[in-house]
Amino acid sequence: MNNLQALRTLAYANVRRILRIWIQTILPPAITTALYFLIFGSLIGSRIGNMPGYEGFSYIEFMVPGLIMLSVITNSYANVASAFFGTKFQKSIEEIIVSPMPAWVILIGFLTGGIARGAIVGIVVVLTSLFFVEISINNYFLTCFSIIITSLLFSLLGLMNGIYARNFDDVSIVPTFVLTPLIYLGGIFYSINILSPEWQIVSQLNPILYIVNFFRYAMLGQSEIEPMFGFSLIVLFTIIFSGISYYLILKGTGIKE
Amino acid sequence: MSAITLKSLRKTYSNDVVALKGIDLTVERGDFFALLGPNGAGKSTIIGIISSLVNKDSGTVEICGINCDENFSEAKTKLGVVNQEFNFSQFESVIDIIVTQAGYYGIDFKTATARAEKHLKRLALWDKRNDQARMLSGGQKRRIMIIKALIHEPDLLILDEPTAGVDIELRRSLWDFLLEINNEGTTIILTTHYLEEAENLCRNIAIIDNGEIIKNTTMNSLLKQMDDQDFVIETSEKLPTNFSLKNFKTEVIDENKFSLTLSKDSYMNDLFNDREISHLKIKNIRNQTNRLEELFIKLTTKDE
Repeated sequence: MNNLQALRTLAYANVRRILRIWIQTILPPAITTALYFLIFGSLIGSRIGNMPGYEGFSYIEFMVPGLIMLSVITNSYANVASAFFGTKFQKSIEEIIVSPMPAWVILIGFLTGGIARGAIVGIVVVLTSLFFVEISINNYFLTCFSIIITSLLFSLLGLMNGIYARNFDDVSIVPTFVLTPLIYLGGIFYSINILSPEWQIVSQLNPILYIVNFFRYAMLGQSEIEPMFGFSLIVLFTIIFSGISYYLILKGTGIKE
Repeated sequence: MSAITLKSLRKTYSNDVVALKGIDLTVERGDFFALLGPNGAGKSTIIGIISSLVNKDSGTVEICGINCDENFSEAKTKLGVVNQEFNFSQFESVIDIIVTQAGYYGIDFKTATARAEKHLKRLALWDKRNDQARMLSGGQKRRIMIIKALIHEPDLLILDEPTAGVDIELRRSLWDFLLEINNEGTTIILTTHYLEEAENLCRNIAIIDNGEIIKNTTMNSLLKQMDDQDFVIETSEKLPTNFSLKNFKTEVIDENKFSLTLSKDSYMNDLFNDREISHLKIKNIRNQTNRLEELFIKLTTKDE
């Protein structure tokens, strides 16, 4: 059994799905981001001024990393959650389970789709932002690494959502009621330095804050939170969720009776 | 060597339904084997466990001598499964569905494409290869399921009601195809509700009821167990008043038709030698019911 060929097939099938329905997967983040830049960046942003701790950067420049992360997080999560649940719903998951593919191939195959969508959408948002602002990137390696590991982390969470989901409501509940509020309150549009000390403490309980700040550090070279803490947090949770996801697939949770 | 060996297979679902109560079953290589049973008897659970869609509670499954618990990956390369329900993405093209399935078995794109072409042509789907699956008829989708299961050239093919909902013409052509691949060496296990299908195709049979195998024998010996067979006989002339035959139980259906029960120990020759019938011109004789169907009902309802 050629596991690499099997992995290539499953990964390609997941990426092909993204490209086949590009109007649903790639176009919306481009339009949404353009609107954010237009309204919050160009129209309102010029009146907001600089964010504390980010002197030397305009509001729109401050916002770019946050908007990229917003798109990367939501798209990588949604991609794997819907792709995995979709295969369960259509019963095409049976094709995968009946095959000799080991659990790690199935896991990586689905995650590849999420990482690919996160990366594609990240690039699309960067390209969109170039219409509104000139971007300077502090550390290319960290920027790319951050996009990929964040996509991986949220692909893992999306996969777990897809594994446990029993209907389409289950796929949308977490992104709508958990992920979106955490992302919007995770420092995309503002620095926590503008909040009162109490709300700063509350904000520091939000894991998205560390992810956004690590990425902002990679792009701008400045962060309101120690970037290595954010990096460690991302790596730690990625390892933990990888282990959990592998176990769930190995046991056939949500798939086998 | 056996194609499949099940030992003490047990399964109880989370809702406390006991699906399998210790199934022991062996199917020899090259066999065309029928697994029959009423709805809920445990057939799909057995297939689910063999194909690893269902987790067993206990017992062992060996496919072509390979223990599934010990060498899961190699065992699965020997197995092809055609499930009852269509289990492929309806939005993909036919060729993509098949080539992707081959890829899951580690088959490279070139080999997969060549095999897909061979099977699609053989099952008259080549012209549809670029169509989205959702545009195809039920019968065409059923053929995709069979091609998918065969794309990695398995030694054992399990078909769970493969002809459900397909028209008679297609059913017959699928029978021919299945006999062909069985003759080429593929072991086939078939579950079906069309007992005529099992009677025509299969050499050996197991009947499962309430999670237990209640019969496991050859098709011929099972059919020999039948006590009586009912025939309907149609004549050109009107039947005489108070028509009856001395050695047979008969019942007049209408003026040109009567039914006759042939017991296990009697012969058709006796019928034609009977004086009452010798002067009648017989137009047609047909078996009133499917023989296997009668036996099946008898076996699975004996306790009720």
